[in-house]
Amino acid sequence: MASVSPAIAGAHEHLESQVRWRTLEVVFWLSTLLPFVVTPNYLVLASQIAITALFALSLDLILGYAGIVSLGHAAFFGFGAYTAGLVAKHGWGEPLSGLLISGIAAGLLGYLMSFIISRFRHLALIMITLGFGLLLLELANSASGLTGGADGLQGVKMWPLFGIFRFDLYGVTAYWYSLIVLFLLFLVSRRLINSPFGLSLRGIRENAVRMRAIGAESRPHIRKIYTISAAMAGVAGATLTQTTETVSLGVLNFERSADILVILILGGAGRLYGGLIGAAIYMIARDWFSGINPQYWYFPIGVLLIAVVLFLPNGILGGLAQLVNSERGQRWFGWLTGPLPWRRNS
Amino acid sequence: MMTSVLGVLFDGFAYGMLLFLLSVGLSVTLGMMNFVNLAHCTFGMIGGYVTVTLMNSWGWPFLATLPMAFIAAALISVLFERTMFRRLYRATDLDQCLLTIGLVFVSVAVAAFVYGTIQQPVQLPSYLRGSLRVGDLTLGVYRIFLIVFALVVTAALVAALEFTRFGAQVRAAVDNQRMARGLGINVDSAFAITFALGSGLAGLGGALAIDIVGLDPSFALAFLVYVLIVVAVGGLGSIGGTFAAAMLLGISDMAGKYYFPAIGSFLIYLVMISLLMWRPAGIFGRRT
Repeated sequence: MASVSPAIAGAHEHLESQVRWRTLEVVFWLSTLLPFVVTPNYLVLASQIAITALFALSLDLILGYAGIVSLGHAAFFGFGAYTAGLVAKHGWGEPLSGLLISGIAAGLLGYLMSFIISRFRHLALIMITLGFGLLLLELANSASGLTGGADGLQGVKMWPLFGIFRFDLYGVTAYWYSLIVLFLLFLVSRRLINSPFGLSLRGIRENAVRMRAIGAESRPHIRKIYTISAAMAGVAGATLTQTTETVSLGVLNFERSADILVILILGGAGRLYGGLIGAAIYMIARDWFSGINPQYWYFPIGVLLIAVVLFLPNGILGGLAQLVNSERGQRWFGWLTGPLPWRRNS
Repeated sequence: MMTSVLGVLFDGFAYGMLLFLLSVGLSVTLGMMNFVNLAHCTFGMIGGYVTVTLMNSWGWPFLATLPMAFIAAALISVLFERTMFRRLYRATDLDQCLLTIGLVFVSVAVAAFVYGTIQQPVQLPSYLRGSLRVGDLTLGVYRIFLIVFALVVTAALVAALEFTRFGAQVRAAVDNQRMARGLGINVDSAFAITFALGSGLAGLGGALAIDIVGLDPSFALAFLVYVLIVVAVGGLGSIGGTFAAAMLLGISDMAGKYYFPAIGSFLIYLVMISLLMWRPAGIFGRRT
């Protein structure tokens, strides 16, 4: 495929070429079905990966595309998780509406927060997001009458999905459920990123001052994407609650915010599949090493972070893209990154 | 009632001194190079473990281990600065955060591997233990020592920055790095020395903190939040601001834990966020 240079073609054509599905994407999504066949004993892990991937995708929207650094994104994940848990605990165990309610609740919180976020950058922004995350954690910890505090929220009981599919012990329903939620929200993100709105976000990431100078005020854009991202993180948290039927304070803590950042950076920020790949690698590796002391687990993660920052600035996917985009890479793998074979001439 | 208020003030003041020692280096280096060094508390932890090792395995007296804590933290920080940090001075905040948080993770794991995850015991010499009675007030001798020690260090720092040639160079670099370079000041070497001194002070703070807050591998992460609050609220590169913020945080943390144990840390974060929203560059910060 002779790739059209975006500088020559119009912005509209460029966006359209980005929207087209590539062969590799189809292969990727088909391969997410493999766990049902190949590793049926690991479906619980697979659903955890899908949830983490959704969380990473939500962070990618603000960090990778709009350039908003957040050290407290677990706040929205946890808020969604607790909302879903509380809704189910107080007698409404229907999963889909619970998911919707949690997403809306987290989105509202994100919308309120976005007025603060859009005003700051650099260290103040890092500190405010960090402080906000810790604030919510402390709030959940001290409001133990509502949240169960350090003991976690007890008595979350989910109704079967559509009244038919029970959330079973082996995670069959859980994986279907979280995979479909992930896929649908991935489609939303994909559409969003390849829209003019998505292009403005990237402009803000690259140079917010210049974006204002050409008439694209950055704050409303940041408010919008932050709200969307918060809602997605809330949905991810709610999915975790519904598939595990428990909520603990761990959904809000700093480690979760840091982990998700690591996952995204490892996979490649600013790429839709970065968080997805990162989540799969990270979660599988952690499961692999779960026998050792959790404090030692941070050693490989730390080394990996240092190595990624120093040697692989665009993450694993960025490194792979560089290989594939080289001349030899195009000859060997061009068919994978190109559009689907039967759409190639359209 | 009055005595308990004074007691809390005194303990908070001592705690604030500790926070000041731990964070002043970060404030100055952040002001100079805009390098977000989340691994600053790692150097504090190194200082703490040096003191513990020298005292418990080698039988050194407590006071003699303090200079060693300073030197060890400073040397290791220079090693990190030369090999890793300096490559990222022009990188984004995010890259700097990630690299240094990676270092924190590695240091936490290494400390857990070498020393285990338990709290490290130290036996203070007898002249630092016990307490003094002033009127109705009971003051811990170690806390008095801590306050005096930190005040002396602060005075020395301020004097060095105000009255020496090197201090003038550092102040120039904090005010305007490019202009300082243009005037022929070797900002890189000034920065390297400041970085080592700041990390050394953190090491000292870590060593002094053992008796007050304990020492285990989570030190590097647990204190990171406090140090960042002090630096962000105090304003980058401002020693006076850092001092004021450290006192404010130390006293309000103590008071919060004493009078409102359930929501103490909640209040701290709320105050930090409000202060930052009011003045994003910190109380005494000049730049935005």
